[in-house]
Amino acid sequence: MQTSGFKKIYTKVTQITKATCSIQATGIGYDELATVNGRLAQVVKIQGNIVTLQIFSGTEGIPNNAEVIFTGKPPALHVSDELAGRFFDAYGDPIDGGPDVQGELREIGGPSVNPVRRKQPSELIATGIAGIDLNNTLVTGQKIPFFADPDQPFNQVMAMVALRAKADKIILGGMGLTNDDYLYYKQVFDNAGALDRIISFVNTTENPPVERLLVPDMALTAAEYFAFDKKQTVLVLLTDMTLYADALSIVSNRMDQIPSKDSMPGSLYSDLAKIYEKAVQFPEGGSITIIAVTTLSGGDITHAIPDNTGYITEGQLFLRRDSDIGKVIVDPFRSLSRLKQLVIGTQTRADHPQVMNAAVRLYADAANAKTKLENGFDLTDYDERTLAFAKDYSNDLLAIDVNIDTTAMLDKAWELFGKHFTKAEVGIKQEFVDQYWPKD
Amino acid sequence: MEENKLTTGTVTGIIANLVIVEADGPVSQNEICFINLAGVRMMAEVIKVLGNKAYTQVFESTRGLKVGETAEFMGHMLEVTLGPGILSKNFDGLQNNLDTMKGTFLRRGEYTDAFDYDQAWDFTPLAKAGDIVVAGDWLGEVKENWIGHKIMVPFKLEGKFTIKSINGAGTYKASDTIAILTGESDEEVKVTMLQKWPVKIPIKGYVDKPRPFRLMETGVRIIDTMNPMAEGGTGFIPGPFGSGKTVLQHALSKQAEADLIIMAACGERANEVVEIFTEFPELEDPRTGRKLMERTTIIANTSNMPVAAREASVYTAMTIGEYYRAMGLKVLLLADSTSRWAQALREMSNRMEELPGPDAFPMDLPAIISSFYARAGYVNLRNGAAGSITFIGTVSPAGGNLKEPVTESTKKVARCFYALSQQRADSKRYPAVDPIDSYSKYLEYPELQEYLAEHITPGWLDKVLDARNILLRGREVYEQINILGDDGVPIDYHLRYWKSEVIDFVILQQDAFDDIDASTPIERQRKMLIKVLEVCHTDFDFESFEAVNPYFKRIINVFKQMNYSEYESEDFNKYEAELEAIINERKVA
Ligand SMILES: Nc1ncnc2c1ncn2[C@@H]1O[C@H](COP(=O)(O)OP(=O)(O)O)[C@@H](O)[C@H]1O
Ligand SMILES: [Mg+2]
Repeated sequence: MQTSGFKKIYTKVTQITKATCSIQATGIGYDELATVNGRLAQVVKIQGNIVTLQIFSGTEGIPNNAEVIFTGKPPALHVSDELAGRFFDAYGDPIDGGPDVQGELREIGGPSVNPVRRKQPSELIATGIAGIDLNNTLVTGQKIPFFADPDQPFNQVMAMVALRAKADKIILGGMGLTNDDYLYYKQVFDNAGALDRIISFVNTTENPPVERLLVPDMALTAAEYFAFDKKQTVLVLLTDMTLYADALSIVSNRMDQIPSKDSMPGSLYSDLAKIYEKAVQFPEGGSITIIAVTTLSGGDITHAIPDNTGYITEGQLFLRRDSDIGKVIVDPFRSLSRLKQLVIGTQTRADHPQVMNAAVRLYADAANAKTKLENGFDLTDYDERTLAFAKDYSNDLLAIDVNIDTTAMLDKAWELFGKHFTKAEVGIKQEFVDQYWPKD
Repeated sequence: MEENKLTTGTVTGIIANLVIVEADGPVSQNEICFINLAGVRMMAEVIKVLGNKAYTQVFESTRGLKVGETAEFMGHMLEVTLGPGILSKNFDGLQNNLDTMKGTFLRRGEYTDAFDYDQAWDFTPLAKAGDIVVAGDWLGEVKENWIGHKIMVPFKLEGKFTIKSINGAGTYKASDTIAILTGESDEEVKVTMLQKWPVKIPIKGYVDKPRPFRLMETGVRIIDTMNPMAEGGTGFIPGPFGSGKTVLQHALSKQAEADLIIMAACGERANEVVEIFTEFPELEDPRTGRKLMERTTIIANTSNMPVAAREASVYTAMTIGEYYRAMGLKVLLLADSTSRWAQALREMSNRMEELPGPDAFPMDLPAIISSFYARAGYVNLRNGAAGSITFIGTVSPAGGNLKEPVTESTKKVARCFYALSQQRADSKRYPAVDPIDSYSKYLEYPELQEYLAEHITPGWLDKVLDARNILLRGREVYEQINILGDDGVPIDYHLRYWKSEVIDFVILQQDAFDDIDASTPIERQRKMLIKVLEVCHTDFDFESFEAVNPYFKRIINVFKQMNYSEYESEDFNKYEAELEAIINERKVA
């Protein structure tokens, strides 16, 4: 072994697998970073004097006399205001041709917030999209993914939400992002004149998949700096978390761990929770809101990745193409914002909760009528009216191209109730009916 | 256990939070040890012993840990400290007080006292010198919030003891000696208000555990009326994500008729814990008028906190429950979610490369779950008083599929099954408890049947079974209507379906976020069930099926307005009269 500065250098690799190599070394800390012939690697196992390293970009071409240099530190990021407006790779190195960021070096994936030091999220985030604001209202400090098939325009919707959300900083964590989508984000933010509020950590499809594992922690370390140290409202966009989970399974697979459901590692829940739980509202004012994308395969939300995600996040926004109106909508059945009850009816008009539920219930009746129709049965007058309502509701409120404020959304809903139903069929608390039922 | 010379050891292996320690002396299974990491002491538990190698799960992140670091074994298992001052606290899974921790972020190796040892309490003796006592007997009492917190003979003491001396009424610190006991071989034991107990071992010290026989009111209609929980009973709430497990548990924690509530937030969202300690200090317990937080204790091991401590958290919560039960109190223990606990076991078992059982869970998972549920129950104490732990856990089945190890193992031991249905949640029929699949075994207990007849109304059980039957038949005809079409079935089918919908909308569905509807006292539940059944047993006259749906929508609407109104208020009575009028429109004379 040689030492150069603080670093320890070894050259005797004892074992090489597809993702890892092992080496005889002493005094090495768990989780510590190293380079193996220049490639970044992390300590994942220590047994006696055998240290196993996971090499992020893979072990192809690594010889058994590779030069292994231990850095003595876990992965870290330099944080300061200089991060703003910059684009980085998964390791936190600039990819925009700019200079290195100066600032405090912080370990990524650091400790979690003491639950009693959190504040209950309470600030409504208005997006103008009724499928979100009316039915699934978002709140700062929330964590919520879009569930969408890969062909849905989730990146567009997410960019739109991000720009309307009025955040001090928007941090993009791109995992397996295509180069085109990466450039799309860059361009949208640029056009909106928001580039100085954006920080990006990007792993594109051209980079090795295992590198992605660093992206969420990098993005969230930057987010904590701005939200906690600088008390800013920070919005973190993570796309695509399914590709992140795939990278987890690649690693655990190569390390011969016993897979659980859908070949995912048994620790998938904890791995994802560690990321999403970084969403927080601090009592001192700053907040981290996480909006993520989890792509589905064929709309299947029972797959281990969306399933575990749904158990962790505070709801999900389910995008679906509605063939009746030919537009993408936020599906009211599968979508949910668990924090909406903290703001609806209090920060929005008092009839909001009841209107929201009544509309969804009627939409469910329409779905039943549709099944009847498909099975070749006659429809009742009520069935016909629910179908007509569903079409209006979908087009005027659920479609993602709607951009109005919440009061207008509520008025619109009452208008549709009045157009298609009797008061009893809508079944809302009398005081609201008296106040808002359209007069004709 | 010998405590004079403690075993020490050296770290020889690290795989995430599994750390292998070579020990220089005896170690026992489940013994606690502390591992040093550059001056920070991290708590760990021995989970396997192989020769002189102890496999330990560290309750912290092992980042930066090196082989060669030292470890000290403590000679005891994971223990909690029991005494006055537990109520209203926010603990982590290892009973560290979260509120006295420094800083915003959790720091590795920061362990805080569960108690303020110097706090003074007004003590009143309940026993006198010369009395013969055994473990669990009450020596005295202090006021903790509003409960009479009993100071008991330590549970660890075996055999009979004579009280040599006991302090008179007065103010003492929790750590002061309040009594001296003499054992059968004349050894003396000093008793303070505090004692320790290993969490994985049940606290006994009661005479017997009869079958639960009393209703535990929760204010949730689909539970109290349809699938009642018994005091000292067990139940579980399985359901896919978003189906309403947590909202239902929170409703129980606010409304249930219990002396105290212990909430184990096990591997779920931190914001859900925040919700409790933000709202509970403000909300009132309608029965006592006291703030809800006064009767609530939170054990928080949220999903981002160390996984190994997640497993410990449910045991910590249960042990605290058993301690208060021994004082003759009614404890409601809620754990959300027991699946996360099982997953923590799975993560560890995988790291130790044990032979996996179904879905890679450890082979002994069913046994672990079963012995945990067995710790709940109604108990008769030696002094004639009785206490209880009612335990309700949630289960988060992968993919919402109930054919998975945690659900199946739990179903074998828990007596109430509150299955949440995705379909009901999707159509916002909350609480989404499936009325057909769910059950309460306690309804079959003659003891409880008698209790219901006496405390609600004679013949109550028949009414409940009647309602269940109407729901079942409603579902059957609904399927028929779907197959044969609206006009392919007799009008009577539509009537049957809509009568079941009345029960569904009026009794089963309940708005957890409406101030009035959220909690329904049992008297009001009685009234509403009788009223709804009256509608169900009325013959109505219809010329065509098309008129059935709008007519019943009106009935349901008026019933719902009743649910939203203050009980027997002017509005309530007005709607009731309106209901009568609607019924009379089509009632067959
Ligand atoms: N009884 C209820 N009344 C109204 N809304 C409910 C009810 N139960 C659940 N919900 C809605 O469903 C959401 C998810 O409920 P939650 O209990 O968090 O689900 P789970 O714990 O099963 O994942 C809530 O945020 C709320 O919007
Ligand atoms: Mg939940």
